[in-house]
Amino acid sequence: MDSFLLRAITGGVLLALVCGPFGTFIVWRRMAFFGDTLAHSALLGVAVGLLFGIDVRLGMIMTCLMAALLLAVGQRQSKLGSDTVLGMLAHSTLALGMVALAFVQGVAIDIMAYLFGDILAINTTDLWLLGLGGGAAVLALVAMWRPLLALTVSPEIALAEGVPVERLRVVFMLLMALVIGIAIKIVGVLLITALLIVPAASARFFSRTPEQMALGAALFGVAAVLAGIYLSWHVDTPAGPSIVISAAGLFLVSSALAPIVRRLAYLSK
Amino acid sequence: MTAPLIEGQGLTLSFGGEAVLDDVSLSIAKGEIMTLIGPNGAGKSTLVKVLLGLQSVNAGRVIRKPGLRVGYVPQKLAIDRVLPMTVKRFLNLTHHCSLAERIEVLDHVGARHVLNSQIGDLSGGETQRVMLARALLRKPDLLVLDEPAQGVDVTGQAELYRLIETIRKEQGCAVLMISHDLHLVMAKTDRVVCFNRHVCCSGLPETVRQHPEYRSLFGYRAADAIGIYHHEHDHEHDISGQVVDGCGHDHGHHHDHSHNHTHAHTSAPRAKEHLNG
Repeated sequence: MDSFLLRAITGGVLLALVCGPFGTFIVWRRMAFFGDTLAHSALLGVAVGLLFGIDVRLGMIMTCLMAALLLAVGQRQSKLGSDTVLGMLAHSTLALGMVALAFVQGVAIDIMAYLFGDILAINTTDLWLLGLGGGAAVLALVAMWRPLLALTVSPEIALAEGVPVERLRVVFMLLMALVIGIAIKIVGVLLITALLIVPAASARFFSRTPEQMALGAALFGVAAVLAGIYLSWHVDTPAGPSIVISAAGLFLVSSALAPIVRRLAYLSK
Repeated sequence: MTAPLIEGQGLTLSFGGEAVLDDVSLSIAKGEIMTLIGPNGAGKSTLVKVLLGLQSVNAGRVIRKPGLRVGYVPQKLAIDRVLPMTVKRFLNLTHHCSLAERIEVLDHVGARHVLNSQIGDLSGGETQRVMLARALLRKPDLLVLDEPAQGVDVTGQAELYRLIETIRKEQGCAVLMISHDLHLVMAKTDRVVCFNRHVCCSGLPETVRQHPEYRSLFGYRAADAIGIYHHEHDHEHDISGQVVDGCGHDHGHHHDHSHNHTHAHTSAPRAKEHLNG
């Protein structure tokens, strides 16, 4: 097997494992648009990275974190609906990113690679970043799992029983930003949200507890990544979109299978 | 005397210029059952939220006993269907308990059969019991219940209040609850606080029931509800003009209240006449 293919598979699988548990929280907490907004802001990070001569990946992670902080503060004070705030930030940062990129001289930038990802171009540094950064994010999520879930189920119960609700909210947003900043290299600005929410949605059909759903989402994500790369390799389709299509296909199959599985579970009781 | 579990001092809060809490002072002692009653929109839930630290106030302060353990049963539990959650898992929401402990507490509240059910599939009464069970697992010093009997049928309600009293006896925890079910609650509570943006009156159920402000807040509905249980009492004490006058003096600043009182005053003797005749 070619080494770039091996790197693509390793990177994709690692990313899917990270996105699984984070994606379930995105789905539970109805933060899909939030994830989308952070992803859009990452394009500004590319421009910032190129203009200031720092690593583009670092630029993306930094702008994602900044956007998350901005939203954490802004959403609390705003009289506007959170979808409006998110939409404004998403599109103005995207536009700002595009304009800023126009000022970057002498570098041929493949915008498509940032919009739709370039999993086949993953290098060893990317893998390390994914392994360490993503691994740290998952460890942090596991550490705050119970209180964060309590907060998701009922902020009132959580707060009344001493869960540090505000701190958890902000920390989760920052972790989310870290994961998205890392993931964009692989699936791109426009597709990252799909990799977060589609496997989680598929896993919902077959899970009875939050933990089962998180693990299920990771597995569905891995399956989508493998299927997408296979498709891309044999039919020569773009890899990022192929992964998303695979995830969507798995969701459709899951939704068709769900009633049958439920019936079997009922009969076996 | 030991320090109260929670004490609110001079709590004042307004939303958009309208006062919700008006200089409210209140404290809950160890092991007592205190019930907040009051009309819709009286700010009962808000007061509880302030005491629990879920809502900040414009003025006043809340003092909690250090290390106070609260078990909270909110008015509603709206778990999104997108979040799969069995009762078994829900009982471990804010801290971990062994399966044996969880089964035992479900047994106690009479909901053992739902152990493996999804929270979303439960009936109103089952949801209340499960929420109560979850709060109990924390072994709280203070159990806070916001309309615990909501969505529970009448026989279930009486049973639920009995259960709350039993729990207090066994665990020695204080109970703070909000309720609409006047006559059911009265029998199972140590102290009633009649609340409408301010503490109208508080004390033993007997005392509160005879307080004119209580009567003016709840009107004939309340009098009727209690009448079922204390028929003669009502007629001897409450329809006296002196009590009504006394209240008009004490609470003269609440114009609407005294207005209601005169109504009570004029119509009540007629009812008596009717009974006599």
